[in-house]
Amino acid sequence: MDVLQTKRDRPWLMRTYSGHSSAKASNTLYRTNLAKGQTGLSVAFDLPTQTGYDADSPLARGEVGKVGVPISHIEDMDQLFDQIPLDQMNTAMTINATAPWLLSLYIGLAQRRGIDPKKLSGTTQNDIIKEYLSRGTYIYPPGPSMRLIADTINYTIKHVPKWNPTNICSYHLQEAGATPVQELAYALCAAMAVLDRVQASGEIRPDEFSQVVERISFFVNAGIRFVEECCKLRAFGEMWDELTLTRYKVEDPKLRRFRYGVQVNSLGLTEPQPENNVQRIVLEMLAVALSKGARARAIQLPAWNEAMGLPRPWDQQWALRMQQVLAFETDLLEYEDIFDGSPVIAAKVRQLVEGARKEIANVEAQGGIIAAIESGYVKRELVASHMKRLRAIESGELKIIGVNCFQESAESPLTLGSDGGIMKTDPAAEREQIERLQAHRKNRNDADVQAALQGLGDAARSGENIMPSSIRCALAGVSTGEWGDSLRAVFGEFRPPTGIDIAIDSRAVLGKKDQVTELRARVASTGEALGRPLKLLVGKPGLDGHSNGAEQVAVKARDVGFEVVYDGIRLTPQQIAQAAEEEGVHMVGLSILSGSHMELVESVLDELRVRDLASVPVIAGGIIPQEDATKLAALGVSAVYTPKDFSFNTIMADMVDVIRAANGLGRLGPLP
Amino acid sequence: MPPTGWDALDRCPDPRMTQVPLPDPEQLAVRILRRERAAVASGLNLLDNKLAAARQRSARLLAALSGERALNDGHLIGVTGPPGAGKSSLVAALIREWRLAGRTVGVLAVDPSSRPELGGGALLGDRIRIKNASYDEGLFIRSLANRNQLGGVASEVWPMSWLLLACFDIVLIETVGVGQTEIDIAEIGDTVCYVAQPASGDTIQYLKSGIIEIPDVFAVNKSDLGAPAHKTASEIGRSAPRQDRRDGWDYPVCLVSATMNSGIKALHGHFARHRSFLADAGLLDKLRTRHQSAWVVRVLKEEFGTFGIELVGGYAEIGRRLKETPGNQFEECQRMRQQIISRFKSSD
Repeated sequence: MDVLQTKRDRPWLMRTYSGHSSAKASNTLYRTNLAKGQTGLSVAFDLPTQTGYDADSPLARGEVGKVGVPISHIEDMDQLFDQIPLDQMNTAMTINATAPWLLSLYIGLAQRRGIDPKKLSGTTQNDIIKEYLSRGTYIYPPGPSMRLIADTINYTIKHVPKWNPTNICSYHLQEAGATPVQELAYALCAAMAVLDRVQASGEIRPDEFSQVVERISFFVNAGIRFVEECCKLRAFGEMWDELTLTRYKVEDPKLRRFRYGVQVNSLGLTEPQPENNVQRIVLEMLAVALSKGARARAIQLPAWNEAMGLPRPWDQQWALRMQQVLAFETDLLEYEDIFDGSPVIAAKVRQLVEGARKEIANVEAQGGIIAAIESGYVKRELVASHMKRLRAIESGELKIIGVNCFQESAESPLTLGSDGGIMKTDPAAEREQIERLQAHRKNRNDADVQAALQGLGDAARSGENIMPSSIRCALAGVSTGEWGDSLRAVFGEFRPPTGIDIAIDSRAVLGKKDQVTELRARVASTGEALGRPLKLLVGKPGLDGHSNGAEQVAVKARDVGFEVVYDGIRLTPQQIAQAAEEEGVHMVGLSILSGSHMELVESVLDELRVRDLASVPVIAGGIIPQEDATKLAALGVSAVYTPKDFSFNTIMADMVDVIRAANGLGRLGPLP
Repeated sequence: MPPTGWDALDRCPDPRMTQVPLPDPEQLAVRILRRERAAVASGLNLLDNKLAAARQRSARLLAALSGERALNDGHLIGVTGPPGAGKSSLVAALIREWRLAGRTVGVLAVDPSSRPELGGGALLGDRIRIKNASYDEGLFIRSLANRNQLGGVASEVWPMSWLLLACFDIVLIETVGVGQTEIDIAEIGDTVCYVAQPASGDTIQYLKSGIIEIPDVFAVNKSDLGAPAHKTASEIGRSAPRQDRRDGWDYPVCLVSATMNSGIKALHGHFARHRSFLADAGLLDKLRTRHQSAWVVRVLKEEFGTFGIELVGGYAEIGRRLKETPGNQFEECQRMRQQIISRFKSSD
């Protein structure tokens, strides 16, 4: 063979989703990653930035710099892109409710550096629909939120033409349990909702509308069933092509191309035998790379240890090298589409397309995706799919190596290091960010800030495009919390349907039937011994909105006989303790995935003590490293559940025993 | 021999029974009347507790809380309606307005339990839908499962409302209307409000079913929908005032929108007007006494059946005894329980 003479396709953009602690620390990480051959940036923001709060807001406590970088004002943005030429970089920002704001900071920074915004390229995720369904970093109700998305699209089409203003996400739908058919259907419905909204705004001339369609890109998930996933992406391409032609009359086939970036599946990554995640990630990458006609434009891979905690620079490097090996060592990029003409692939694609069409019709009949979200329909469907998946794992029907089969393992040298194989964020980051923000507030011109915020509020009320006034805010030194609060005052805040109101189906209760019967008897007899049915509070403190785990625990606990008060997301420790008191619960269950478990759980315990409720046991679930679990136990937490505890029945049996022990009753032990 | 049958009711059936101490009811009552939140919570837990020792103390607690205030003050409001009518959002809007006016509110939010053969558990999601974002000393929400009890409202709701009435200006009970529930809620609330959903079959069904005789106030939600809301309101308006209802009350039909926050003040006005109407006509204490008696009969019947009722002399005798002990009927009920249990034992 002659490698040198073969024409190769250009590889996709290679990124790693990253950011932590501070703008400065993240900038160092970005420059290191770029030096290693990464070709684009993917910025992870912390939760206060994603939900429009300042670092010194009470709700931000413990969250600053945890799941991403804190960006409170334009000086932070400047530091984040220090020595990175904005006009040559392709920057993806995972930002949604506050997307117009972060984009304004980016544009403002470019203007300050004398760079023409027309040269900026990159993506703001800016898809609010999946935030309502899964990711939970929404702020405003659907109406105003969709308007903000339309505003960014209308603005960038004219002033930042190389920017992808919105990235319709099916990624998080799969994380919330969506089947491939559901992923196709709901993502395409979401795209239609966005395009319809832009069309209705009247800001774009009909002959220019195909440019808007062309700028719509997608952010997709790829799971371990990689043949089906590959077919899903081919189905996406076919359906998008058809939809943009028939519904939006886009004549030029090039403008109808389904453009997508991908982060492969995190849901299937396991905490036991975490090294197995490496082959999972590689296989999942194949799903989005093998088929040239349905190949991703940009790929970011998770690290092997994501189910354990935050990845270290070396873990991220390993993920990047996987992409580089596939792109540069293998012969993949030398071929046209290797699946064209395969009857097996074609049949599978057909089946997915037909299923998705049916579900799209179903959603359209309910008045579109927004109505179907507000009614709770979509959330219910997703929770039901997810429960089905968990049931299959628990019954062993769905095999997960190292989790529900082949569990025996030699000790892994990867996790033996003193850091436990994960990265710790800088504990001083929150304090330093607050100090930096407070110093910034003193240094800026208050009159400019007030005038800019006045302009922002006026634009929000009048319906004028939000971007110009937001850019003025950025340049005046307005903070993320001030921007978020100004719009909260005009738009109000969203209260979500939870999806937990799915009815019990006696045939489909999660777990083995005899175990469920035994659990129900234990829950009932313990309730009788205590004088009233067992009552459980489930809630999520802090800003992390990934509510899937909390919802499943709530539904499962209900199924085995608990009376469950589901209190939702974004709660302060004070609100949780107050709910525990008012509701008279026997146990408080907290779910935290943002890494801020130490601070938040400790605050909840303090608040309970203040209310004389120290005797109410507290359990915690989430991505909690062993070392922290031990510390939490020392603080008084009764049990900690992590992704390795996949059997819900075992968790429930343990919860009953925790309540029994807290009330002077004997433990009943593991299920038979 | 372990205790069996009725004998077991007054003793711990399990020698390894919990040692969690029960509060002293009289002291608790003093703290509840001082509006201490922790005491309110602990009192509600006690009223929910079915252990024999707890039942005794519950009766003492309620006796200590009863009296003038319970008979004459406060306002017990029942809100019911079909699923999807937007009750929780409406309740949230009502509460916001009451709190702005400086009135304190206690809420009992009742959700259905799953069937006993499916574990009997419940997901109580009203709290998340009702509560305001910020901490509020003047609002207290307790969620309850109906526990598959006859009629759809748990029998714990009445004593719990009584407790909340001792320390909150407004006590609001929210239930999902599923036919029978409306009859139950009518035996709890001073004022019953039915929340209708425009253009829905539920409301039409409801109008036909005869349960329309129960509510005192009708709220047609989602008035922002326009014509369908007006249509539903006029349909209800035509059917609501019937000759067998109270003279002097107009059974208002009110158009509201929880999301647009419109019509809320008017609905408040109807509630206040209905309460004045009851008080002025001398009906309020009669109504509450009647509700109290209905509850006593219901719990005795639930626990002991018709046979048990006969053992204390039948319905008429129960009614007579309760009438003689106004304001102290919880203790009288506990006495009747004891009486029935001892008769059962002696008939063994």
